[in-house]
Amino acid sequence: MNRAPIGRQYAAILLFAVAYLGLGWFVHNSYYQLMMTLVLIWATVGVSWNTLSGYSGMISFGHAAFFGLGGYTMTILFVTFGITPWIGIPLGIIVGVIAGVVIGVPTFRLRGHYFALAMLAYPLAMLYVFEWIGYQEVPIPMMREAPLYYAEFSDPRAYMVLALILLVLCMAAALHIERSRFGMSLTAIKQNEPAASAAGINPMRWKMLAMMISAAMGAAAGGLYAMVLLVVTPQTMFGALVSAQALIMALFGGVGVFWGPVIGAAVLVPLAEMLNAQLGHILPGIQGVVYGVAIIVITLVAPEGIYWRLRDFLNARRAAVAPRAGAPISALITETIDVASASPAERKPAEGGEVLLSLDRASRAFGGLKAVDGVNLGIRAGTIHGIIGPNGAGKTTLFNVINGFLRADSGSITLAGTELVGLKPHEICRLGVGRTFQVIRAFPRMSVLENVVVGAFVGTNSDTQAERLAMEALDRVGLADQQAYAIAGGLTTKQLRLMELARALAPCPRLLLLDETLAGLGHDALDDILMILRRINRDGVTIAIIEHTMQAMMKLVDEFSVLDHGKLIASGAPAKVVKDPAVIEAYLGRKWMERAKDTVA
Amino acid sequence: MEALKWHIVDFFQALAAGLLVGGTYGLMCVGLGIIFGVMRVVNFAQGDFMMLGMYVTYYLVTGFGILAFLGPYAGPVAGAALAGPIVFGVGWLSHRYLISRVTGARAVSAEAEGHYAQIIMTLGVALVLSNGGLILFGSVPLSVRTPLSSESWEIADVFLNQARTVAFILAVIAAFGLYLFLTRSSLGKSLRAAADNPIAAAYVGVNVDRCHRLAFALGVGVTAIAGGLIASSQSFQPYIGFDFVIVMYAGVVLGGMGSILGAFWGGLTIGLVQQMSTLILPYQLQNTAIFVVFLLIVFFKPQGMFGRVWERT
Repeated sequence: MNRAPIGRQYAAILLFAVAYLGLGWFVHNSYYQLMMTLVLIWATVGVSWNTLSGYSGMISFGHAAFFGLGGYTMTILFVTFGITPWIGIPLGIIVGVIAGVVIGVPTFRLRGHYFALAMLAYPLAMLYVFEWIGYQEVPIPMMREAPLYYAEFSDPRAYMVLALILLVLCMAAALHIERSRFGMSLTAIKQNEPAASAAGINPMRWKMLAMMISAAMGAAAGGLYAMVLLVVTPQTMFGALVSAQALIMALFGGVGVFWGPVIGAAVLVPLAEMLNAQLGHILPGIQGVVYGVAIIVITLVAPEGIYWRLRDFLNARRAAVAPRAGAPISALITETIDVASASPAERKPAEGGEVLLSLDRASRAFGGLKAVDGVNLGIRAGTIHGIIGPNGAGKTTLFNVINGFLRADSGSITLAGTELVGLKPHEICRLGVGRTFQVIRAFPRMSVLENVVVGAFVGTNSDTQAERLAMEALDRVGLADQQAYAIAGGLTTKQLRLMELARALAPCPRLLLLDETLAGLGHDALDDILMILRRINRDGVTIAIIEHTMQAMMKLVDEFSVLDHGKLIASGAPAKVVKDPAVIEAYLGRKWMERAKDTVA
Repeated sequence: MEALKWHIVDFFQALAAGLLVGGTYGLMCVGLGIIFGVMRVVNFAQGDFMMLGMYVTYYLVTGFGILAFLGPYAGPVAGAALAGPIVFGVGWLSHRYLISRVTGARAVSAEAEGHYAQIIMTLGVALVLSNGGLILFGSVPLSVRTPLSSESWEIADVFLNQARTVAFILAVIAAFGLYLFLTRSSLGKSLRAAADNPIAAAYVGVNVDRCHRLAFALGVGVTAIAGGLIASSQSFQPYIGFDFVIVMYAGVVLGGMGSILGAFWGGLTIGLVQQMSTLILPYQLQNTAIFVVFLLIVFFKPQGMFGRVWERT
């Protein structure tokens, strides 16, 4: 993604705020003033939805829960205890964030459809509870003696200013999320969660943080909404239409970008309000129909929202005007590489053949099938260790057990003395174990550089340093020059394999687990990658590689381990292992073995 | 002693009501189960198609009185039965022109983003149906009143509402008929093949797209019949769909995705939960009880009672 610099985005937000304020200042019709305030509030709700669902891909149908809690907390505190909204709204935000955590802890275990459905249930359950308690309709009393203290303004423009301040704060927060490792981690989770966690991203942490921020925004908007309308009802605060509107704003305007909900609200809220005012008395549901039609049309015409459509359109035009826009970018790349090579990251030299990864009777069964069965294995530091075996021998399962995708049923796995069993994939990655996948797991909609940057987050706390590490890793696999800014979805198999390798390499791991990195490659590509692997190994990275191509493996590895039916049947130097009768039998079968023996005899 | 007796009677009263309501919920869930099982699509509009079935029944029986000649007993039942084919048609068209654009073979490959589009599309259809319903039908709650609605059979101090009992019997018959259709007929078998493995089904000559359309239309049609049956014992308005979406998904998930019989049992169980919850909870919270049960199922046993584990690791 070629993004505008962050300063320009800030300027754009500021410009938007000033322009909106300027426009609003000269509107004196109180109906239009209210509408302008509602646009801002719904835009905020949309930004709130976007912060969780747009970036992470976990679709929430329950944002009314936060909106409603924010509104009701403020109102109840006001009506019952006379607490001013200035305190009530922040307290509502706290209640919303707590609800976010309480909802998030169990619900994040769910995937896709289940997550969306479960989220739908929360606000509806709250709706009935609030109805039952007796909060069918709670009006906010007028406080004539101290209107300012109770945030009651005679000039409706004051509410608009408040809503604008809230929206600008939320937009700025969203901009920061988008530009930091936070947003990029969420995007990686959205596109391929297992790959993200193997690259050291803790999905639960980022999702929960997104949920909390999102809940805070939603609750603030709910509190403001109640303040503006001066009354709360369960339907207007917790109703399904509230949740629907939250996602409609974002989807219509643009998913995963903070401008999206703002565009969506600016178009849809006035449209729906106007139609409602004009036709509401004869067509009472016209508002809902407008929203429904809007999202149907948008899913058919521009599934990602107006913003992306516009951007694609503008980019296409800009590209037509200036076809050589690529030049400054490549200059930037070389500059970055220079910086990277000028400060070489500390690389550990080979540790003289000590055992780096050690498996002690590690086992993993699926029901009755023992996919990994009491494997004892030592991978020495600085070596390239080949793992071979017939199809279904348990090789990939072995990797999954090592990197934490699967938990070993019994036995122990240690990396330089640290026990790995029971740790999560991202924790194991943090300890210095990188991996690639048999079926390539890229983040297809991100650029090559971004894919690798995601992997580099583990290695450093600074985002700029992460980008430098990523560039360096790309340089090491030979992708830095041409493809760094290409979108991963358009790469060849070889480039994708190299990109995955770079992603695993970026945080400077001690051990790389490569699962059939050479599969599906042509002869030349294969030689290239072998060369790269040897170079990486020479730089001090221990490599364990699963592979079927024996010729390539014989050229590459220092040691072999052979798995069959989950058991380790041989281990040692390549020349020795390939002559082992047990290995030949596993590969070629007993009959062939016997015939071979006969011929020899 | 007397108090205890009434507690027991209350219990059986709730049990009976739960079973009777649960039967129609079961049929409703079978409708959703077909769609979910075959297409793997979350249809948020399912409740609104049910709402459509209620209004079709209402207009056939009470509003326009086309079925008045069948008398007060057979009329409502015939109305509900006719709502099926009519909503089937609506479902067929919405799949043809809208849903199919974001589902099927194309969307399967799109993975996460495909799901986005499906959920949003059906949500859009739901909004249009429910709010369009408000425009067309008005917001006044209606019900299909029949002489049966206020009559009860009494068995040992337990009252069985006659309208609900008739609805229950018909729902069971309809669900069973559908089960036979899906397991015995060749069309039903190709539907299930398309559900099990769309690609393999396509290779052996099953028209997967047509199967999806049929499944969608059949699913909403069946749910509409269930809606028509409920309409004689429950008042409804155009927004009723959203509440029932959760009821239906709770049943389908409880029964296990992709299992038609399971969906029926799941719906029955949800009916029981809803009615039995009134024994210990205030009346207004019966739907909250369903939501809580739904959340518990999703958390602890997402594969349901009869479901299979679909995902391979």
